[in-house]
Amino acid sequence: MSIQAKPLYSVGVPMKRKEDPRFLQGKGNYVDDLTFPGMLYLSLVRSTYPHAEIKNIDISEAMKVPGVKAVITGKDLEAAGLGWLPTFHGLDKQMVLAIGKVLFQYQEVAAVFAETRAAAVDGAEAVQVDYAPLPVVADPFTSKTDKVLLRPDREQKTNHIFHWEVGDKDGTARALASSAKRVKQRIWFQRCHPAPLETCGCVAYFDTMGRLQFHVTSQAPHVYRTALALVTGIAEDKIHVISPDLGGGFGNKVPVYPGYVCAIVGALKIGRPVKWIETRTENLTSTGFARDYHMDVEIGATADGKVTALHIATTADHGAFDAAADPTKYPAGMFGICTGSYDFPVAHSEVDAFFTNKAPGGIAYRCSFRVTEASYAIERGMDILADELGIDAVELRKKNFIRKDQFPYPSALGFTYDSGDYHKTLDTALEKIGYTALLKEQAEKRGRGELMGIGFSTFTEVVGAGPSKHFDILGIKMFDSAEIRIHPTGAGIVRTGAKSQGQGHETTWAQVVAEELGLDPQTIMVEEGDTDTAPYGLGTYASRSTPVAGAAIVMAARRIREKARKIAAHLLEVGEADVEWADYKFQVKGVPAKAVTMKQVAFAAYTNMAQNEPGLEATYYYDPPNMTYPNGAYVAVVDIDRETGETKVRRFLAVDDCGTIINPMVVEGQIHGGLTEGFAMAFSQEIQYDAEGNNLNTNFTDYLVPTSAESPHWETANTVTPSPHHPMGAKGVGESPNVGSPAAFVNAVIDALSPLGVRHIDMPVTRDKVWRAIRDADANKV
Amino acid sequence: MKVHVKVNGVGYERDVEPRTLLAYFLREDCRLTGTHVGCDTSSCGCCVVVIDGDRAVKSCTMFAAQADGHDILTVEGLAEGGKLHALQQAFWDQHGLQCGYCTPGMLLTAIALLKHQPNPSEADIRAGLAGNLCRCTGYNNIVKAVQQAAGTLGPAAAGAS
Repeated sequence: MSIQAKPLYSVGVPMKRKEDPRFLQGKGNYVDDLTFPGMLYLSLVRSTYPHAEIKNIDISEAMKVPGVKAVITGKDLEAAGLGWLPTFHGLDKQMVLAIGKVLFQYQEVAAVFAETRAAAVDGAEAVQVDYAPLPVVADPFTSKTDKVLLRPDREQKTNHIFHWEVGDKDGTARALASSAKRVKQRIWFQRCHPAPLETCGCVAYFDTMGRLQFHVTSQAPHVYRTALALVTGIAEDKIHVISPDLGGGFGNKVPVYPGYVCAIVGALKIGRPVKWIETRTENLTSTGFARDYHMDVEIGATADGKVTALHIATTADHGAFDAAADPTKYPAGMFGICTGSYDFPVAHSEVDAFFTNKAPGGIAYRCSFRVTEASYAIERGMDILADELGIDAVELRKKNFIRKDQFPYPSALGFTYDSGDYHKTLDTALEKIGYTALLKEQAEKRGRGELMGIGFSTFTEVVGAGPSKHFDILGIKMFDSAEIRIHPTGAGIVRTGAKSQGQGHETTWAQVVAEELGLDPQTIMVEEGDTDTAPYGLGTYASRSTPVAGAAIVMAARRIREKARKIAAHLLEVGEADVEWADYKFQVKGVPAKAVTMKQVAFAAYTNMAQNEPGLEATYYYDPPNMTYPNGAYVAVVDIDRETGETKVRRFLAVDDCGTIINPMVVEGQIHGGLTEGFAMAFSQEIQYDAEGNNLNTNFTDYLVPTSAESPHWETANTVTPSPHHPMGAKGVGESPNVGSPAAFVNAVIDALSPLGVRHIDMPVTRDKVWRAIRDADANKV
Repeated sequence: MKVHVKVNGVGYERDVEPRTLLAYFLREDCRLTGTHVGCDTSSCGCCVVVIDGDRAVKSCTMFAAQADGHDILTVEGLAEGGKLHALQQAFWDQHGLQCGYCTPGMLLTAIALLKHQPNPSEADIRAGLAGNLCRCTGYNNIVKAVQQAAGTLGPAAAGAS
């Protein structure tokens, strides 16, 4: 007789998604699909100048446009005490509509409300704004000089927003000074935009009870409710935030934007529902940019390649307002994860952020607060070190990996890594990609002058913010929550404070409940995004759904199980101590044949509960004891056309370790999507500004999102090292591929070009940059 | 001006401004909100519908007036009698969607693609869908879904449980 493995019940099953039939039939319910009687449309007048004084705003012509009902400006809002909006991490505030001056091109200047979408746009075009241009600060290095003070509204008369540092400054300097090898490189992670296919938008109205009904594209609806209560003075019970189906988010839909406030003000002022939907241009130019970190990376090592110290000094371009949605105590987010997967004895990291005449943001674009920047810096840095030492990049990584036996591992910059087996994950990747054969092929090609590159990224993320002792947004601790109700027939509903944007919560949460309670996942409904019904939570971003809300669901389900045990004991006519939960049912200890299912217990909870409390539901607020640390080993294989500079990604393999996998199909899908966004950042996506502060990438013809034609065919695999502190061992995965892959792509390109002496190219690694690098290398040779 | 079209076999006559785009005509005048708008430059393909049976069109690039007298197929018209269209079923089986926003346009583009190329290779599919952006899936599974619907996917790869 063989030992029986745990039967496959629900977790670990590639269950087809429950939300798909409605999306497949055009029955999704996105915010722009909503319509209400008497609904008006809002269009925003936006600044044509990056920095200018507003001499006058003339709305008279706009008011004559047929259908226009009202126009409001910054002065109107200021008079109502709504001129400024606090940013989520509480270090700055943002103008709702420009007051006195504009600070970036496309900044919101006036709000026009009209009967139709077209009339609102006509009205916005008819608003006459008289600007007097001011000198433009288009980069953080110019900003640093304080020659032009951008924010005289602030107490601190400087463009410098904050200095943040972590680690041992002197110890790092000493270790670097005494290192046999030191490499240094400035690495810029360019400004990007998450650009979900659905832009941001809302519909606001006040119902007959005077309650604000606010339908909005929000990844964090409860935080919106509290923020709106604090900003507007409306009592929180009079605010109902509903985040409907979201057409992607990727961090773009975390902050509160000026358009939302204008819609609410318009609804209040005019007494009718107001809809505001961004155009793509408005989305790319004004809401939620990401990255824009200039990182000076320095790594010290022994002659044989053991790392001794890491120092990263970052100059951050935060745009016109410091609108990053980082946790309060972490103005540079989780950048301290920059020691990556390596056992650095000492490290120091500092970030200095500056205002510029660019759009505000600094949001966590498919990333746990600056983890993508940190991961890119260290993974590029390790390749540069390997190159300078003449050591294979794989060998260098293996030599410096945190070993399996070192977990839980206290990093030099203060994190406690929960678990991992980095050697195994990388070995899996090497075997699956056929590294030995690729090296042989590369050697042959190099002999013929052909450019083939193999690039690695063996990253570690930190996600699942986070423990209440460290993490809050606007003072609200970053717990999350779940409420489960099991109905008499054994069907049920689970609600959480998270909010799916395509991650498939309606499926995976049902699987988690089903696994914990032995119920049918097809009859577990999942509801999120409605602040009247969902328990309070901090929302979905920073890969926190599974680590935090997912854990809350498990714990709530276990509470239900404890209650159900009492009823099971009654049904089984034994004492509670004699009942055990085994094989997804309650059975009498030692008598497996004498058992009742959760479905039977659920019915009894409403019909035959004896002296027990009726009903079967539970709520759990989960305060995570630690973050989780998903990791992976990625390999990119590229061929570069020497004549045109064109890079072709021939193969890409991602081996991810995200701990326990709830739904392997969903996890694989998340990885495919994240890799494509990493590919986009590596090769095409950039929000550029010229020296005069003009935004050059204002729509999808300039901001290049990869299509099916150029996206590589993704290969994936997994290792599973469960998180020791998560009740299911899960770590989260949505962002890993986006965090880990950019360095693999760029490392592969540089590896291909390394015979020419090329050491670094900043992203996006476009064909013209590669072509120039080849041309310059060839010119140097002559 | 008056526009008369047949959408998914049902006639709609509406009085609209001449500048009304077909995408907004469908969404706001016909209240068929399955057709989405994701950009303003005909780049993303969320708004693709099929006109007269075999022509995939970005409905944000066509005036409603230009569709006058034509037959339009939108995502709402794909399932019949509660049964999903083979492409819808394939997208479900292959996890070819996540947030669902690009899905209607992908499905309609794929319908026109398979009309013109009933046995497309992976490269044909990738080229055929290049006018439709997806931010979630990375395209692997969308390609597989179209292969499944075309019957060109090996049995081993067909369908999750």
